Amino acid sequence: MAIEVKIPTILRTYTGGEKAVTADGASLSALIDDLEANHPGIKDRLIDNGDLRRFVNVYVNDEDVRFIGGLEAELKDGDQVVVLPAVAGGAR
Amino acid sequence: MPWCPTGWAMPSAAGAPPRLVRVLTIPRATYDAIVAHAKRDHPDEACGIVAGPEGSDRPERFVEMVNAAGSPTFYEFDSTDLLQLYKEMDANGEEPVIVYHSHTATEAYPSRTDIGLASEPNAHYVLVSTREHGNNTGPVEFRSYRIVDGVVTEEKIIIKEN
Repeated sequence: MAIEVKIPTILRTYTGGEKAVTADGASLSALIDDLEANHPGIKDRLIDNGDLRRFVNVYVNDEDVRFIGGLEAELKDGDQVVVLPAVAGGAR
Repeated sequence: MPWCPTGWAMPSAAGAPPRLVRVLTIPRATYDAIVAHAKRDHPDEACGIVAGPEGSDRPERFVEMVNAAGSPTFYEFDSTDLLQLYKEMDANGEEPVIVYHSHTATEAYPSRTDIGLASEPNAHYVLVSTREHGNNTGPVEFRSYRIVDGVVTEEKIIIKEN
């Protein structure tokens, strides 16, 4: 099984500068564990207290995973995963 | 791990260490478009980016974004719009050269939230404050920063007249 994961600039320190890496997993959660095995430290940047970080967006085939099960979102061979940090902030 | 600021370490006088030059060079029309957007959306925060060829540091393509938070104290790009934007930039070989937003009641300086959420180490973070004149004509504060690993560095702005 091979799933392409697009990595944002800020996390490329974990992937040796690569913009995209290949990983495996039947769910987003499993995929992130597989990423962590090959790119130690990346999981903590995606997950906090067992949930996807509020200001990290993950998309599977262009769908925001928050609408398709979050970490339990199912994955299959050939899916494309995109990780994008939220662009957010403000005076608050 | 320290971020390597490729592109802005400039050679200086012989023997001296490299001088760090931090400047945002922005076309007048883009500057005006950012100010107009901030004034129009006041009292809510306005937000957007200016994309440019990857590695060029040239802000060329102005993209207004919707503030999905619709708030006077917070901004966030809608997650679907965000993906669309990054796919477009990817296809065009672009990156966000400027990430801008407005503060509508406070100074044009990154808040703790801005610093904590800044995730484009190569971008110029532009802040506009509309606190003085709101939707009306009149000057705004317009400032630019690098925000890397929680460290804010203000930079000079050069406006390129068209």
